Amino acid sequence: MALQPEDIRRIAHLARLELKEAEGSRMLAQINSFFEIVEQISAVDTKDIVPLAHPAELLREVQLRLREDKVSEFDERAAHQQSAPAVENGLFLVPRVVE
Amino acid sequence: MSEIHHLSVAELSLALRNKELGAVEVATHFLKRVESDKLGSFLSHDPEITLKQAKASQERINQNQSGTLEGVPIAHKDVFVTKDFPSTAGSKMLEGYRSSFDATVVNKFALAGCVSLGKLNCDEFAMGSSNENSAYGPALNPWDSQKVPGGSSGGSAAAVSARLTPAATGTDTGGSIRQPASFCGITGIKPTYGRASRYGMIAYASSLDQAGPMAKDAMDCALLLGAMCGPDLDRDSTSLDIPAEDFTKNLGQSIKGLKIGLPKEFFGEGLDPQVKNALEGAKSVLTGLGAEFVSISLPKTELSIPVYYIIAPAEASSNLSRFDGVRYGHRAKEYSDLMEMYKKSRAEGFGAEVKKRIMTGAYVLSHGYYDAYYLQAQKIRRMIAEDFKIAFSQCDLIMGPVAPSTAWGLGEKTADPLSSYLADIFTLPASLAGLPAMSVPCGMSATPKPLPIGMQLIGNYVQESKLLNVAHQYQLQTDWHKMNPGESAGLTGGSK
Repeated sequence: MALQPEDIRRIAHLARLELKEAEGSRMLAQINSFFEIVEQISAVDTKDIVPLAHPAELLREVQLRLREDKVSEFDERAAHQQSAPAVENGLFLVPRVVE
Repeated sequence: MSEIHHLSVAELSLALRNKELGAVEVATHFLKRVESDKLGSFLSHDPEITLKQAKASQERINQNQSGTLEGVPIAHKDVFVTKDFPSTAGSKMLEGYRSSFDATVVNKFALAGCVSLGKLNCDEFAMGSSNENSAYGPALNPWDSQKVPGGSSGGSAAAVSARLTPAATGTDTGGSIRQPASFCGITGIKPTYGRASRYGMIAYASSLDQAGPMAKDAMDCALLLGAMCGPDLDRDSTSLDIPAEDFTKNLGQSIKGLKIGLPKEFFGEGLDPQVKNALEGAKSVLTGLGAEFVSISLPKTELSIPVYYIIAPAEASSNLSRFDGVRYGHRAKEYSDLMEMYKKSRAEGFGAEVKKRIMTGAYVLSHGYYDAYYLQAQKIRRMIAEDFKIAFSQCDLIMGPVAPSTAWGLGEKTADPLSSYLADIFTLPASLAGLPAMSVPCGMSATPKPLPIGMQLIGNYVQESKLLNVAHQYQLQTDWHKMNPGESAGLTGGSK
């Protein structure tokens, strides 16, 4: 089942990407040709197979690791914001979202 | 002593320790080569910073406070964030980006005494197999500048091969250390997933991304791996709680009686006869050392392509959602509201392949497709890992090609990206299973220009030292790892 141009528009919105017309059609062709090789996975019998999210769990039991609740990082706001596109008084600037 | 740039990490380290060479002298020598780089392998360097580090390193040598790799120059793939150099991940999105901290791996090399030469070119966000997806232009293969160096750690492989640096870091998500190492005739290892910290590695696909060293030979890789591995439990939630080890300690062992598995799926149609011949040659050498070969099967090898190209983009679409033009990275000049700012900033900042993978990932994770694609791929991922488990009950390690061919021509696969996905077939299975795997030079193609060929060794979990020993024993018998593209390759003016 091939993707249609409207699928590309919908996914581009989900992915927050503005796509030009030509870019969208090139992508449609490339993604559809990729999905031709993807279709073979649906033929694989995976009944009772537990999905493997992470290779680490093959080695040992994985548990969510929490670090000790202590102050380990200090205020480096200026360093963190040195590459921000727009900053004012230590705050990140974005377009107005609430009227 | 040979010329400084032909010395291995082990030799440099010893010469520095014995004060036959000075850290500043070594750094200056390599900087001169970096500055005449015409391969595009470096994205940034800064002599002032490098020389400052070299002077500090020499101080430590003088005071007998040397680290394990004191004074040895290294360069980092540009997906590792660094305070001293810009960190771009090969993307326009992060042009000029300065990190406020160093990646754990970068930090560990600094603590070992390494001197940083700068940052290396790579495919954008490590997505690619040719380095042609870099926003800053491709790195070139030093053996033939019309060929790709491989990717995504193409700059790392090209720089080590052209002797611009004795050592480099790389990252491997689906083969990004092994394949460029193979294309450029150097040695590289991707350790077991979780061995090296991912903290400060700009994320592509988190359940697959793994850092590793790239250098001239297995001995150097062992030394470098020892410096970069180890638990980082407070900063990387998937870091293995296994202490770093001295990976050189087993390098003298005999491999007599070692069982090496040859997966029949790795030697089928589509394998370049020259690659096949080179592997036959390697097999004879290893047989001569007492290794035994057994035929094994990894039946899901072909499925690893769709499985990888579903899982990796899915994780990428999530990881790259952080680039929103707010906290860092590119922001579009004109927009009417927040949504448009996101969409335009991301459209302008990301390259075509990255956008395609984000789109593919968003699609396979979206409502109605998640089970059929993403979950199904994760189930087959487990089956692939299980196949390896069965294989390792029949052999100690696995040998095969790294890639079906030698380096391809620049632009050859850009019109049809799917063809480069298919070329990842032999590196993807070990990545999906999280196993350690390496590339070892084992031959040269004859026509038209000689190009390096790599053999892949895949080991069981945390068996890096076994892999490295087999590679080392092989390299004691062979000279492929000593071949280099020539004194002037990759340098302007052809001078040393």
